[in-house]
Amino acid sequence: MTTHSDVNAVNGTSITPGQPAHHDKFPWKHIIGYVLSLILTFAALGLVLSSALPVTVDIVTIVVLAIMQLLVQLLMFMHVTENHGSRTHVMTLLFAFFVAITIVAGSAWIMTFRSSVA
Amino acid sequence: MLPHYFNHLFVSGIDIYIADVLIILASISIVGVLTYFKKWKWLWREWLTTVDHKKIGIMYILAAFAMFFRGGMDGLMMRTQLAVPNNHFLGAQHYDEVFTTHGTIMILFMAMPMLIGLINVAMPLQIGARDVAFPYLNAISLWTFFFGALLFNLSFVIGGSPDAGWTSYAPLAGPTFSPGPGENYYLFGLNLAGLGTLASGINFLVTIIKMRAPGMTLMRMPMFVWSTLITSILIIFAFPVLTVALSLLSFDRLFGSHIFSMTHGGMPMMWVNLFWIWGHPEVYIVILPAFGILSEVIGTFSGKKLFGYSAMVGSLIAIAFLSFLVWVHHFFTMGAGATVNSFFGVSTMLIAIPTGVKIFNWIFTMYKGKVRFNTAMLWSLAFIPTFVIGGMTGVMLAVAPADYQYHNSYFLIAHFHYMLVGGTVFGVFSGLYYWWPKMFGMKLNETLGKWHFWLFMISFNLTFLPMYLLGLMGMTRRMYTYPPGLGWSHLNMLETVGAFGQGFAMMFMMVNIIWSIKNGERDLTGDAWDGRALEWATTSPAPEYNFAHIPMIYGRDAFWDRKYGKDKAKYTLKAKPYTPIHMPNNSGRPFLMAVAFFISFFGFVFEWWLVAGLGLLAVFFFMFSRSFETNTDHYISVEEIEHTESGGGRS
Ligand SMILES: [Cu+2]
Repeated sequence: MTTHSDVNAVNGTSITPGQPAHHDKFPWKHIIGYVLSLILTFAALGLVLSSALPVTVDIVTIVVLAIMQLLVQLLMFMHVTENHGSRTHVMTLLFAFFVAITIVAGSAWIMTFRSSVA
Repeated sequence: MLPHYFNHLFVSGIDIYIADVLIILASISIVGVLTYFKKWKWLWREWLTTVDHKKIGIMYILAAFAMFFRGGMDGLMMRTQLAVPNNHFLGAQHYDEVFTTHGTIMILFMAMPMLIGLINVAMPLQIGARDVAFPYLNAISLWTFFFGALLFNLSFVIGGSPDAGWTSYAPLAGPTFSPGPGENYYLFGLNLAGLGTLASGINFLVTIIKMRAPGMTLMRMPMFVWSTLITSILIIFAFPVLTVALSLLSFDRLFGSHIFSMTHGGMPMMWVNLFWIWGHPEVYIVILPAFGILSEVIGTFSGKKLFGYSAMVGSLIAIAFLSFLVWVHHFFTMGAGATVNSFFGVSTMLIAIPTGVKIFNWIFTMYKGKVRFNTAMLWSLAFIPTFVIGGMTGVMLAVAPADYQYHNSYFLIAHFHYMLVGGTVFGVFSGLYYWWPKMFGMKLNETLGKWHFWLFMISFNLTFLPMYLLGLMGMTRRMYTYPPGLGWSHLNMLETVGAFGQGFAMMFMMVNIIWSIKNGERDLTGDAWDGRALEWATTSPAPEYNFAHIPMIYGRDAFWDRKYGKDKAKYTLKAKPYTPIHMPNNSGRPFLMAVAFFISFFGFVFEWWLVAGLGLLAVFFFMFSRSFETNTDHYISVEEIEHTESGGGRS
C-alpha cells in the first residue's frame, strides 16, 4: 500500500451510520431569546422615537437595555454557561471586553475634540 | 407611478457603452458555451450547489481574479489620466468614480476573497479535517460575497458608480452631496459581502478550535493555520463595526436620519471613527494570512522547520491586540489634540516590533537551509524587502507632527501600496504557485512563472517608488490632473509605464494557467514540493472527504515527521480498514438565498421598496425552509472510498 493508509483510522464524527444526531427537544431557549431580543430592541427604538423623557434618562435606559440584550445573546444563543470549552469562552469574552472598552472609551475620548473646538 | 430613481437607471459615456457591449457579449458567450457543451447540469451539481471547502475556495479565487482584472483596469485608467499634465482622458467626476471603485474592489472584492479562497483550500487540509465546521454556511459566505461584488460592480453600467472614495467619508457620501444611487451601491454591496466575510470568520475560528485531527495541539498547528485563527478573530470583532456603520449611513441616505449629517445634531466625524475602527484591523485581516503563506513557503523551500515558532505565534497575538488600538492614525489631522495623537502614534509604532520579529524569523529560517528558488519562493523572498520599505515608511507616517505633511499625499499612497501589493498580493501569488498543484493536480510552469515574477516585481517598484517622491514634492492623492512645470511630469510618466508593466506581467500568469492546464507537470504523488504540513499527505487534488483516515499528529510539521522524522515509527502502523465517511449534502439554497439578497438589495439601492421587501421575504423563506430540513448529510460507502483511493493517482 501507500504512505497514506498507514495512519490510525479515526472516524471524524461521533455519529454512527444510520443514526443521525437530532435534537428532538423543541428549541424553547432560542425562541424565548429571539422574542426577548426583539422586545429589547424595539423598546430602545420606541424610547428614541417618543422622546418624552430627558436625554440623560434616555441614554441611561438604552445602555441598560443594551446590557440586557448582551446577556440574552450570551445565555440564550451562545450557551456560555455550558461547561465544555470554557477556557476558550473565557479568553474570547476577555478579548471581547478589551475590544468593546477600547472602542467605546476611545471613541468618547477622541470625540471630545468637539467641545474644545466649539 | 415611476419610481423616483428611474431616470438614474441608464448611464452614458463611451467607456460605459463599451462595457455594456462587452458584458452582453461575454454573457452570450458563457451561456452559449454552457449550452453547446451541455454543461448546465454539471455547473449546478458540481459547483453552484457544492459545500466542499476546496471547490468553494477555488470559486473564491476565480471571482477574486475577475475583480483583480476590474480593479486593475481602474488603476490603468487612473495612471493613463495622470501620465501627462493637463490630461483630458477622464473628467473629474469620472476620475472620482474610478478611484473609488479601484480602492473598494481591490481591498474588499480582490484581496479578501483571494485570501479566504486560499484559506478554504489549505486550512482544513492542514489541520487534518474533513471539512470546515459549517459547510453549508461556507457556501452562504461564498455566494453573499459573490452577489455583493456583483451588486457593487453593477453600478458601473446601471445607475452610476459611487464617487466618495473607498472610505466614503460623511458628509460627502451623505444624501446632500452624493445624490443618486451610486453610494447606495457601495453601502449595500459592501454590507452583503460583509455578511459573508463575518460568517467565514466564525466558520474558520470554530473549525480551528474544534476540528483539528487528534494530537494536533494549538502549538503544533502550521503557521498558516495560526494566522487564519488570528485573522478570524479580527474579522469577528471588526466586521460588526462595518456592518453597523454602513447600516447607519444607509439610514441617513434612504430614510432621512441625521446620524452623520452636518445638521440636526449629526456627527460626520463619527463615520470616520467607525470606518477606521473596522478599517485598521482590516489591513491586518488582509496581511496576516499572507504572513502565514510566507511562513509555509519559506519553511518548505528552505527544507527547514520554521525558526522561532513560539515567537511567531506571540507576535501574531500581539498584533491582534495592537490592531484595535491604532485606528486614530488615519485621522491625526482631524484636530483631536496632542494627547490623543501621541497615544495613537506610539501604539502604531509598537506594531513594528512584532512585525520585525516575524521578518527576522523568516530570514533565520532560510539561514543555512537548502533554499530552492521556485516561483513561489521568489514571491515570498520579494515580499520581505518590499514589506520592510512599506513598514518603515509606515512608521514615518505614525509620527503625528510629520503626518501633517504626509497626510493625503502620494507618500501615503506609496506606503499602502507597498503594504497591500508588496505584502498581500505578493503573498497571494506565492500561495497560488505553492498550492496550485493541490487545487488542480498540476504545477504551473516555472519559466513563465519567473517571467511573471520579475516583470511584475520591477514594474511594481517602478510604479510605486516614485510616489514617495511625488508625495514629498506636494502631489496630493485623488488629484485628477495637474499643471506642467511642477517637476511632477517625469515621475508620473514613469509610474504609468510601471502600471502598464504590471498589467503586462499579469498576462504571463494568464498564459501560464492556460498552458499548464494542457501541458503542466502533473502532480501524481500529492506531495509536489516535498512539503511539511498535512495538506501534502493526501492526493492532488484532494478527494471530497480529504483523508480516507484522519491522520494522527505527534509533532509540528506533521507530514515531514512522517516522512523523515524520529517519530516515523509511530506513523507506520498497519493499514486499517476504511469506515464510511459522514459528509454534508450539497444544497442549492445558499446560491438561491444570495440571489434573493441581491434582488432585495438592488431594490434598496433604487428605493424600490416592493422589490426590496419581496427579496427579503424570499431570504426569510430560505432560512425558514432550512430550519425544517432533516436530510442534511450522507455517508460515503467503503466501496466508494476504496475506488477513489485506488484511482487517486497514487497507485
Ligand atoms: Cu491603520
